[in-house]
Amino acid sequence: MNDISNISRREFLKDSALAGAGLVVGFHVPTAGAQTGAPGISGVEVNAWVVVRPDNTIIIRYARSEMGQGSLTSAPMLVAEELDCDWKQVSVEYASTNEHIRRNRIWGGMAAVGSQTIRLSQDYLRKGGAAARQMLLTAAAKRWAVAESSCSVAGGVITHVPSGRTLTFGDVAIEASKLQPPKEVKLKDPKDWKLAGTSVKRLDIPDTVMGRQRYGVDVQLPGMLYAAVAQCPVFGGTVKSFDAAAVQSRRGIRKVFTIDSGKVLVVVADNWWRAKEALKLVPVEWDVGANGKVTSESIRGFLKAGLDVPTVPVAKKTGDADQAMAGAAKVLEAEYYTPYLCHAPMEPMGCTARIADGRVDVWCSTQTGEGTLATAAAAAGVPLDQVEVYKMQNGGGFGRRGGSQDFTRIGVLIAREFPGVPVKSLWSREEDTQHDFYRPAALYRLKAGLDAAGKPVAFKARVAAPSIFATLLRLPLKDGIDNSAMEGFAEFPYQIPNVLNDYAQRDTHVPVGFWRTVGWSQNPFARECFIDEMAVAAGRDPFQFRRELLAHEKRPLGILEAVAKAADWSKPLPPGVFRGIAVTEPYAAFTAAVIEVSVSDKGEVKIHRIVQGIDCGYVVNPDNIVAQIQGSVVYALTAIGRGEITIKDGRVEQSNFVDYPMMRISDMPKVEVVIAPTGGFWGGVGEPAQAPIAPALCNAIFAATGKRIRSLPLSHHGLTLVKA
Amino acid sequence: MIRLVVNGQARQADVEPEMPLLWVLRDELDVKGPKYGCGIAQCGSCTVLLDGAPVRSCSVPVAAVAGKKITTIEGLAQNGVMHPVQKAWIDHEVPQCGYCQGGQMLAAVSLLQKKPKPTDADIDAAMTNICRCGTYARIRTAIHAAAAAATAKRV
Ligand code: FES
Ligand code: FES
Repeated sequence: MNDISNISRREFLKDSALAGAGLVVGFHVPTAGAQTGAPGISGVEVNAWVVVRPDNTIIIRYARSEMGQGSLTSAPMLVAEELDCDWKQVSVEYASTNEHIRRNRIWGGMAAVGSQTIRLSQDYLRKGGAAARQMLLTAAAKRWAVAESSCSVAGGVITHVPSGRTLTFGDVAIEASKLQPPKEVKLKDPKDWKLAGTSVKRLDIPDTVMGRQRYGVDVQLPGMLYAAVAQCPVFGGTVKSFDAAAVQSRRGIRKVFTIDSGKVLVVVADNWWRAKEALKLVPVEWDVGANGKVTSESIRGFLKAGLDVPTVPVAKKTGDADQAMAGAAKVLEAEYYTPYLCHAPMEPMGCTARIADGRVDVWCSTQTGEGTLATAAAAAGVPLDQVEVYKMQNGGGFGRRGGSQDFTRIGVLIAREFPGVPVKSLWSREEDTQHDFYRPAALYRLKAGLDAAGKPVAFKARVAAPSIFATLLRLPLKDGIDNSAMEGFAEFPYQIPNVLNDYAQRDTHVPVGFWRTVGWSQNPFARECFIDEMAVAAGRDPFQFRRELLAHEKRPLGILEAVAKAADWSKPLPPGVFRGIAVTEPYAAFTAAVIEVSVSDKGEVKIHRIVQGIDCGYVVNPDNIVAQIQGSVVYALTAIGRGEITIKDGRVEQSNFVDYPMMRISDMPKVEVVIAPTGGFWGGVGEPAQAPIAPALCNAIFAATGKRIRSLPLSHHGLTLVKA
Repeated sequence: MIRLVVNGQARQADVEPEMPLLWVLRDELDVKGPKYGCGIAQCGSCTVLLDGAPVRSCSVPVAAVAGKKITTIEGLAQNGVMHPVQKAWIDHEVPQCGYCQGGQMLAAVSLLQKKPKPTDADIDAAMTNICRCGTYARIRTAIHAAAAAATAKRV
């Protein structure tokens, strides 16, 4: 299944034939059905997305990454839908990252970030399938010398309708591949979809279940060495001195050295455990730099000062909020806080690299093959087209394996020390926890003015938070606004006549990055809880209060109402049970949640029910959406309950799952999913569901206890999450 | 030289006696099903069956398991026939990224051996492995389904 017309891949196969079976990783091809064709038969590339083989099996290329979000299945489904093939014919293969560069980025976006795989590639994926279909049909019509209009396509077979003659895609693939692609193709109306919109089994699951799935950490190459790494505990610090001799003579140790101008201490050995154990024993003195005294409290003080800066960049302004506030009958003000969080994907960071003859090969769990390629090229000092990246199944991503690519840089810098030898670097869980690009800590000040009838007349939100765009991506901020920091406030859906939402950029030495759902993972906690405070101050039902303020926002209103209905909002609850609600608009989708809780005297928050809804426009693989929502709830509750990264002496205090605890099955509440697609737009799926969870839960806790939770995690308030 | 029986095959490794079983399997014997997640017996990604009982191989020195029978996820299917747990995992599309799932399935196999019809409370008590992707709801459903399938077979 591996040999298609792809130069870099053919060369790689040559290498792997020399190297033995252990090397056959990095281009594993999951298949949809039993009929996948004999291995070793070349296919013909009809276009960049579709490769057809003589036995009429089809390879659809997938350009982004798979980390459990299911897009390796749902993106090819869109190609297959327009191709009119039989899904059982289909297998999926990663597009070569190297070829992508050499073919002028023919596969479009390669990053699985921002819940964008479907929404930002659906157009060209569907067109790719439709164009290939057209070319195959034209080739058949030519062979028969009949009018194209007399031919039809279904299940990978072209039929000349008047005569009943048939040809398979495989029969005409070579001729089709020589045709000019059509200039225009007509896409199906989604209501005519046959495959897309149905729950299709994910292609990668059987391999996972059989223990055949290969993650970055599983790469095995002949002669490979293993590296353990330690960065300065205080971000930005460097090694002052270390004593390699202390471990040099231990079994299997190959080299002890620093890379990246002393930023990383490395031990390379013939087995990772040996490297890791030796690393612990290397005497090292760090130069921690200027940040060795920073604490969570000092950072919070720095954020707080950001709340008091008189004028900062404005993300959203309507009317005159200050003036309206001055004239309001009732004014409320509150501060909210969300902590730093670590991504903690199940598979820690790592990267395998081999540098030989000016060429770099990288095997890696990455959310962005192209980002990995660029980072590897820069770290090795070679041109982009001399790098190939073999994307492995990601053992979770959640944003950690996207923009930063620090793990790639470290992996390649290590491999530079061993020309021609593949080196697999793997971070310990402790290293992974203490050297993340964290979800930013953020402090919020919200203010609202209500008129005498309780109607909101003014709303203000000041967000004081570090900028991911400025520090991680080093991009200039347009008008001083970090878009991710202002998610939910810049595009503020509530119809209040006077609004002023602004942003105080507060960068610290703690690295920040894109944590699943990004600003939408934390801003709705402030926004939607404060909207609740406003509803309470106005003496209104929080659902009805939102409904009125969203009357002109069809989609947020739609999902809010759908979820309230599914959750029986208007019906009374059993004694002692209370509910909360929230609505959000993340990543071109619309999500809402209703959560029911009871709270015991001991502070146990029992979750009786979570109803979570999404309107993502079009639905490609519904069961996968359910899975993403279930997973988002766990990711959210883990953070809300006990999730917090704290800083002391400039470094992270947590180290592993003992002090950065994870929710387990015993705490998993019941989740009811409402999928309510309204069509006409394409929204994200992997992240949006997390957004309304924290506020819906904390609003329920308020309803139950009268206690307003304005900072997370709940453990700081003597509260523990348990399932009912 | 330490001798082990891994998935029915006699294997040997020339390693330090204190090397954890996980790293012997992964780096010496190229058995990649058991995964590293924490190294301190917290997550269960490294779970293997030792004479049928689940252990966290990151925290078991290899010397302690010399001569014992070790089953990893690669060895769960017999002669190409999936274990009922594997079948249930596929039917219910349990995995997301899948990294934890080898350990989850082996923990489930062992639970079902002890309790062929586990209650939710049994599942809560036995299934302590972490899944960062949050597949818990489906793990529960799949365990009940595997239990039902096994009962149906026996009848
Ligand atoms: S790696 Fe063994 S329990 Fe986590
Ligand atoms: S499926 Fe990803 S950690 Fe469990």
